[in-house]
Amino acid sequence: MAQAMKAMGERILRKEDDRFLMGRGSYVADMTPPGTVYAKFVRSPYAHARLVRIDATKALAVPGVIGVFTAMDFKGEVGNVPTAWAVTNADIKTPPYPALAKDVVRYAGEAVAVVVAESQAVAEDVRDLVEVAYDPLPVVVDQEAAIRAGAPQLHAEAPTNVAFQWNIGGDVEPIFNQADVVVRQRFVNQRLQPSAMEPRAAIAEYNAGSKELKVHVTSQNPHIHRLLLSLILGIPEQRIHVIAPDVGGGFGSKIPCYPWEAIVSALAMRLGRPVKWVEDRSENMVATTHGRDHVQYVELAAKKDGTILGIKVKALANMGAYLSTAAPGVPTILFGFMVGGCYAIKAGRVEVTGIFTNTTPVDAYRGAGRPEALFIVERMVDLLARKLDMDPVELRRKNFIPADKFPYQIAMGLTYDSGNYQGTLDKALKIVDYAKLREEQARARKEGRLMGIGLSTYVEICGLGPSAVVVSTGFAGGLWGSSTVRLSPTGKVTVYTGAHPHGQGEETTFAQIVAQELGIPVDDIDVVHGDTKSTPMGMGTYGSRTTPVEGGSVALSARKVRDKARKIAAHLLEAREEDVEFKDGTFSVKGTPEAKKTIKDIAWAAYLADKMPPGVEPILDATTFYDPENFVFPFGAHVCVVDVDKETGEVHVRRYVAVDDCGTQINPMIVEGQVHGGVVQGLGQAMMEAAVYDENGSLLTSNFLEYLIPSSMEAPNIETDSTVTPSPHNPIGVKGIGETGTIASSEAYVNAVVDALAPFGVEHIDMPLTPEKVWRAIHGK
Amino acid sequence: MTSHTKAAPADGRVRVALTVNGARHERSVETRTLLVDFIRDELRLTGTHVGCDTSHCGACTVLLDGRSVKSCTMFAVQADGASITTIEGLAQHGRLHPVQQAFKENHGLQCGFCTPGVVLAATELLQMTKAPTEAEIRAGISGNLCRCTGYVNIVRSVAAAAEMMSGGR
Amino acid sequence: MYPHSFDYVRPESLDRAVGLLREHGERAKVLAGGQSLIPLMKLRLASPAVLIDLGRIPGLSMLKEDGEFLRIGAMTRHRDFEQTAMVRDRYPLLADVARVLGDPQVRNLGTIGGSIAHADPAGDWGAALLAFDAKVLARGPSGERTIPIDEFFKDTFTTALKAGEILTEVRLPKAGAHAGGAYTKLKRKTGDFATVAAAAQVELDGGGKVMKVRIGLAAVGTTPIRAKRAEDHLKGKPADEAHLAAAAKLAAQEARPTSDLRGTAEYKRAMVEVFTRRALERAVERARGRGA
Repeated sequence: MAQAMKAMGERILRKEDDRFLMGRGSYVADMTPPGTVYAKFVRSPYAHARLVRIDATKALAVPGVIGVFTAMDFKGEVGNVPTAWAVTNADIKTPPYPALAKDVVRYAGEAVAVVVAESQAVAEDVRDLVEVAYDPLPVVVDQEAAIRAGAPQLHAEAPTNVAFQWNIGGDVEPIFNQADVVVRQRFVNQRLQPSAMEPRAAIAEYNAGSKELKVHVTSQNPHIHRLLLSLILGIPEQRIHVIAPDVGGGFGSKIPCYPWEAIVSALAMRLGRPVKWVEDRSENMVATTHGRDHVQYVELAAKKDGTILGIKVKALANMGAYLSTAAPGVPTILFGFMVGGCYAIKAGRVEVTGIFTNTTPVDAYRGAGRPEALFIVERMVDLLARKLDMDPVELRRKNFIPADKFPYQIAMGLTYDSGNYQGTLDKALKIVDYAKLREEQARARKEGRLMGIGLSTYVEICGLGPSAVVVSTGFAGGLWGSSTVRLSPTGKVTVYTGAHPHGQGEETTFAQIVAQELGIPVDDIDVVHGDTKSTPMGMGTYGSRTTPVEGGSVALSARKVRDKARKIAAHLLEAREEDVEFKDGTFSVKGTPEAKKTIKDIAWAAYLADKMPPGVEPILDATTFYDPENFVFPFGAHVCVVDVDKETGEVHVRRYVAVDDCGTQINPMIVEGQVHGGVVQGLGQAMMEAAVYDENGSLLTSNFLEYLIPSSMEAPNIETDSTVTPSPHNPIGVKGIGETGTIASSEAYVNAVVDALAPFGVEHIDMPLTPEKVWRAIHGK
Repeated sequence: MTSHTKAAPADGRVRVALTVNGARHERSVETRTLLVDFIRDELRLTGTHVGCDTSHCGACTVLLDGRSVKSCTMFAVQADGASITTIEGLAQHGRLHPVQQAFKENHGLQCGFCTPGVVLAATELLQMTKAPTEAEIRAGISGNLCRCTGYVNIVRSVAAAAEMMSGGR
Repeated sequence: MYPHSFDYVRPESLDRAVGLLREHGERAKVLAGGQSLIPLMKLRLASPAVLIDLGRIPGLSMLKEDGEFLRIGAMTRHRDFEQTAMVRDRYPLLADVARVLGDPQVRNLGTIGGSIAHADPAGDWGAALLAFDAKVLARGPSGERTIPIDEFFKDTFTTALKAGEILTEVRLPKAGAHAGGAYTKLKRKTGDFATVAAAAQVELDGGGKVMKVRIGLAAVGTTPIRAKRAEDHLKGKPADEAHLAAAAKLAAQEARPTSDLRGTAEYKRAMVEVFTRRALERAVERARGRGA
């Protein structure tokens, strides 16, 4: 049997590519079951208003209309949308989050009615004819303004608009009292719009005979959607079938269960026809969750030799008008623990206030809390370096947690599993020839040219996560990984996973894991995901958990299959189990080369099941729910080199180098792709992206004309390299890599630009670094 | 080609005839039907995608008489009589077109949503410029937004396709 | 994302198109490349009851030198300006525009006529054509009319075209021996409208002095504008660094930018100076190159 037995670590071409390249992907919007009718939501243009009256008379006269529905029509059928992460010890307030507004609208884009018609075009015609009377109320969009006395109040349940007050870390004053220098800075980590290329969509169908609701939805986590829909609609979980087919990017914005799919489901049940809803991009910009939006006050204490002692962070997190699914945990749990970064700081204290404002709800967006944290850390380190007149490389080296100290318990209480921060930094500096760059910079400065070098050495927390830990923080679910590995009688493999990749390549990488464990070619292994009826209960794909946690589960299931196959092989070969070896997909008996069985033989034998060893059940099939013992902590060093046009403030990225360590790499090609994409998204935040509201709470950046995401012209080339420091607790030593690029790159870019502007005494510029902001910093305007 | 010198009848429907991927299709459509909706809804070729509503993202790109156009910014009636290639028409007899093959070999796609559009834009670029530089490639695909790949491997894929198509392979 | 319904007609002659426009009056809009109009219709910001498609009318797409003029048909697509060697060589300003306007797909369909008839003050063609002593030709119920470019842009989205008139052609004076031009554009990202943009077309005399100069600015007024004081300052002067810089300073003073998401008026004004100077420098460089 000639086959490549080394699958792990190989740059195997992706199995998912053919269908996408040929235009044969199945995205939700591509599907139109027979009898489909189309839903469109009537959305409030006001950010805060009393809902006075809805008049559908004109709308109902349009040929092709089926109905116009408001909250009253769904009373008793559609409940409120719950948050799934009510963080503990934070005095959290969870005001009702209605699916359709009843008396009050609290953000521009909130739905007040839904129309249904025979075609998409007619649905839009109908929607535009629904007349809604609003009584505008005062609006507040900024979180600092929202907690001031006299600010408009959004929810009776949340006085002064405070959703929660969360903190970690003890008293840091003793540490700060020892400091020779304290650096202080205010940061704005601006609100972003995730902008996955596929707008959200849902198709709901109800079978009145079997009483089953089937929902196709653009989700990163179909089982979570099923659970939440069950709670919102009052339908038992097992009667809801959720299918997330091909999904065109998510980046966190397709984690939440939104009101829209709940309403569409209720409509399907009421109308007895499939109901399809597809978002326009403009709708996506207001109705799909936003990301980030922190205002942070940070203090860093250090000794004059550069030893960092401690950090204090006060963050004000804008939650939007309602608490979305994962929202409260993002600016708290996923943020607060990481403010020490790669450094052996002695103490840290983080206080986070979550605040309601009249804006679109904010939830996880690529990085989810960690970019907000690592941006602070790496900017403060550069500010400290400037203050102490130290090279930023030396300052980092001095404070890194040493490579021989892992697993390492950080001041904030977590234990980093493995790390070698020195290693990635050394490699990155070598690739860019750092010393030569600094020499060039010295020359450039003499000539009045602005050149900057920015570093970002990061560590992040992902592979969500150990269930006991996450549940203790208030997350309403364990974050174990699930898989079934099943061999058919002819020895082909199907891997059923509770993850739902939407671009990350697990149809290939999970096949690689199993290929390595079982010696079966990758081409004979298919990965099934996204369907609650065929896959085990699963927690989906986000938080860079799919490879370490779900992949870990796959490895364990494959090993269970192999162990069972070994038992059967030993029995069939009449040998003791200890004497049976497994290599390249074949079981053989030590010392007896002719006595062998391939795993394919065993699959057939397990199907016949006529000669099984006692106590062993038929069929090679194993399921694992893998609860990781810890998170995983990938890390790396990025270097960004920029040239700044003094006259215009335009920044050109001359070079961007990323050296990352995600432990064992299943497929280096896929790893690189994740880094590229992640880095460019982080650069998007640093260079050009920003959600902008006017004082009335209207989102001004509601399309791709105004919300600027990088095109091939703005995105620089990204060079990548890596080190490999496996995670000691993961079954295959892997860590996540899906978000590291975004977590590292914004600060690398800002550090570079600030470095370029050092001759002008510029210390900080808030993102996005538009040319105008840079120009103003240069010219002191 | 059907002629429209008179205003369309009151129901706003007109007859259009288009050749799509080599096959001729004649249909009666609403005048306001966008070319992308004609392709997706009438012809059920759903490989061409809709990613925005302001003609920015390029996910709807098709080739019209050999030129790349955003099919969301054209009415089907404007394309009457034209020859259109969608992503489904690139592979011949089950074999990937060199551009498609290059994207696969160079990991030029992740979620796949922008892919049909960028593949067709790249196909037109390579018809016009046999050996584009990196700058020319980036300019050539600047009408296609991708949120997943950061464009690095897309650029590599197009360069590899250029080499393949010029006999480098 | 769906426009309101409309009736669609596709005349096969200009006369028929003019007749249809007269018949339907205000209810009708002319459709050229559709890259400005169709997005507006999809957002329901424009809902014409009748669309008159010019796409099959012959004779509207020329791009050639003819006698004393460069004749540009109204339906000439943006990309033709970059892909026609004669234009790149003799009217580099126009080729510059094509490279920074929209994106490749938009350039395949969008037309210069549609663009200037739409008259977005941030549109590239408006500023570019102001840098030439251009003439706009229109056909209407009362026949053909020639409109000097300086009289063409009246206000935001408003031109001198009368009801019932269709823009058919733009004519530029044929490029002289020592002529050169350039278009420079500051934008937030590819495909965006200008934050500011400057078009400069110069002609030098044998001694290297500026004989003729016209400067058009985009996105710094309710229409594209000419920087006349800058032009007057430069006429007859040596085309050296100091004079070009001084002219650029004057152009910045003439600009009337407003603050918006693309930038504050202060920044835009400062950028007018930078980009005007760069456009002039490049134009002079090209003028010298041609003369040699």
